[in-house]
Amino acid sequence: MTVLLFLIPIALLMGGLGLTAFLWALKSGQYDDMDGAAQRILFDDPADKI
Amino acid sequence: MNAIPQFAVDRDVCSTADRLCKHCGAPFRGETEFCCHGCAGAYELVQSLGLSRYYAQRVADPSQPPTRPDEILTEIDLSAWSRDAAPGEKEIALMVEGLQCGACVWLIEQTLLQQPGVTSARVAMSTRRLTFRWKDAETDPEKLVQLVTRLGYKLVPCDPERLASEADAESKSLLTAMAVAGFAAGNIMLMSVSVWSGADPFTRDLLHWISALIAIPAIAYAGRPFFRSALTALKARRTNMDVPISLAIILAPSISLFETFRSGEHAYFDSAVTLLFFLLIGRYLDRRARGRAHATAARLLALNAVAATVVEPDGRQHSLLPSQLRPGMTVLIAPGSRAPADGTIKTGSSDLDLSAISGESAPQRCNPGDRLFAGTLNLTGPLTMLVNAVGDSTLLADMVRLMEAAESRKGRFTRIADRVARRYAPVVHVVALTTFLGWWLFSGLAWSEALMIAVAVLIITCPCALALAVPVVQVVASQRLMRSGILLKSADALERLTDVDTVVFDKTGTLTLGRLELQAGADPSLLKIAAGIAANSRHPLARALSRAAPDATVLTDVAEHPGAGLAWQGWKLGSCAFTGQAEDAATDQVLWLVGPNGEKQRFQFSDRLRPDAEAVIARLKTLGLRLEILSGDRAAPVSDLARQLEIDTFAARLSPIDKAARLEALAKAGHKVLMIGDGINDAAALAGAHVSMAPASGTEITQSAADIVFQGDKLEAIPLTLELAKRTDRLVRQNLGIALLYNLAAVPLAILGFVTPLIAAIAMSSSSIIVILNALRLGKARLP
Repeated sequence: MTVLLFLIPIALLMGGLGLTAFLWALKSGQYDDMDGAAQRILFDDPADKI
Repeated sequence: MNAIPQFAVDRDVCSTADRLCKHCGAPFRGETEFCCHGCAGAYELVQSLGLSRYYAQRVADPSQPPTRPDEILTEIDLSAWSRDAAPGEKEIALMVEGLQCGACVWLIEQTLLQQPGVTSARVAMSTRRLTFRWKDAETDPEKLVQLVTRLGYKLVPCDPERLASEADAESKSLLTAMAVAGFAAGNIMLMSVSVWSGADPFTRDLLHWISALIAIPAIAYAGRPFFRSALTALKARRTNMDVPISLAIILAPSISLFETFRSGEHAYFDSAVTLLFFLLIGRYLDRRARGRAHATAARLLALNAVAATVVEPDGRQHSLLPSQLRPGMTVLIAPGSRAPADGTIKTGSSDLDLSAISGESAPQRCNPGDRLFAGTLNLTGPLTMLVNAVGDSTLLADMVRLMEAAESRKGRFTRIADRVARRYAPVVHVVALTTFLGWWLFSGLAWSEALMIAVAVLIITCPCALALAVPVVQVVASQRLMRSGILLKSADALERLTDVDTVVFDKTGTLTLGRLELQAGADPSLLKIAAGIAANSRHPLARALSRAAPDATVLTDVAEHPGAGLAWQGWKLGSCAFTGQAEDAATDQVLWLVGPNGEKQRFQFSDRLRPDAEAVIARLKTLGLRLEILSGDRAAPVSDLARQLEIDTFAARLSPIDKAARLEALAKAGHKVLMIGDGINDAAALAGAHVSMAPASGTEITQSAADIVFQGDKLEAIPLTLELAKRTDRLVRQNLGIALLYNLAAVPLAILGFVTPLIAAIAMSSSSIIVILNALRLGKARLP
């Protein structure tokens, strides 16, 4: 059962990373304009020419 | 001597619509590619900026009015609204009207970013707000705003702090709490599964300890919304559903921690956190559904958002925010702008659009000495006004207060979920307490074990199913309505719709389309001259005239006589009096054109009924509803319309206050009223009605005052929403029934002490899933 001593912290760490990423995204305003974000991806920036 | 200009005579100028405008996509009649000069200008501007991809990529919503650029631009002074953002840079926030899809967002942003001196521009689609920054030394914000206005979007400066609603912040903090609870619930459940599948005592204790380590901080953080609400209730010596919830999520981990110390077999960390997670989901859905209902008053006050131009006694002019005006100041009101305060006219005469105040569709003449109210739109000539009431004492502020008062009366309505919870909460307390005392005193169990059983009762009786029963149905119902172009704004509107017995309509813009249109029969060549002259004015009749002949050449050197008409090279276009014709009954909706050589033409305008109004009225009657029309318009058109639609009860010439009073009287008489209206003058009545609907073509303020907003030219949204409301109500009752049934079955088991954490977890999730599945049936429902 010693494997648990590694696996549980790893699982928690990964879950915690996900949580932090979500909270960060929420705080930095990425959920403020959901409709706009969905549409914005369809339009290129004219400055980016390949 | 003036010759009649030679225009190509178009035989069927007034026939069916046969072309789509190249810019706005609206159908129109005529020979050019554009429906109006504004559109032609906008198209040219888009081409010259190299942004023509806009036309390929936009997805215009056919049910929404097209964005049509205004031909005559109004100067807005923005200096009062801009803020310093960085050294040398300023920032401003504006509300955008006319946004339709992502292409509009792209077009506005790209247009602004191409201008020298603009450092950033961003449009938030869900809040319809444009924020841009510019280098103060290099460019002029007025020019930038004019540029966007020329594309067909209306911009109104706004104060971002005032519009950032509390509801937004609250739903954000609920979302954070939900994320934390979800994280904790997932991890703890993972460990509980290994405990349930038979871990040896040492591992079990280890897993319990780790669970405790996650659960306690998570509950302390994510449980705050419930703790706060429970404390408020207790302080007021009341109890609500949040009290047993708080008790359960505090007691369960505490007693489990105690058990863990004693290396006991059962711990309720998982149940407590999962319960909290489910409850937060329900609460978040509920909050989001209610969220948008609250910015109403702020929006109405934003009407006089545009800065006022003050004229000093020595003739100097400077601009002030409307809130900085004082009685006794003299203010200049240019044609096309709104009066910033109440006052009397000092100099000038003009036509006023009073629709914001009275709902009257025809403009009114005004002369020095007349009263002017904040929010009134000046149409034709410049005016100076002596301010005599500002801010809170203006008529507009009175209307906001009227609306707030009406809304607070409506606040007395209690939702079915709250009614159930109110009766349910005391029962839960009593049952849990009895269980604890019973086991402890009469069966000789240790207090900790008795408490453990009582906690199980609390967990089982705080059903997530009950918390989810109503919000889930509401989310599904509002999505179903959204597909039919109906926007549900307040969460309990559907519930209130089920007991409506009276439907009250506004006339202009609600039963009718609210657009004046030229009646057929005018001489085409005279129409072209008239339209060419009319293109120079913003009077509604003149605008309707130039819409009717979009390919007419705009004539220059037209003199506008405010409050009377237009003159050009011996031609006169205007009222009966101005053109020397005899007055007739429909004088407000008639224009005359007289020429130097005795040419004469009468133009009659009328407003059209919505296409399915008669059918919908007939259908509402078969549902047994009382119908009524309340209008601010003159008596004759109102009674004509009432006769046509066979509605017996109607009233005309009502002020906004009269309308609100009539609704109050109806409510006193015990009627549950559904009010449908579109004008600002309906806002107070809408807020005072039991439920309210507004067409998306109405003003923003009405839309924010109404519970339900529907798109499109048709009224069929009304019976459709009524039908869906009935089904929603049925589902909500079923769901509550399921949730309560589950309790009836599970509570005895819990009282008897048979419920282990495993059983609690299974019972909780399965009842929630059943309730959600039941709600989803509504999404598939076929509506008439």
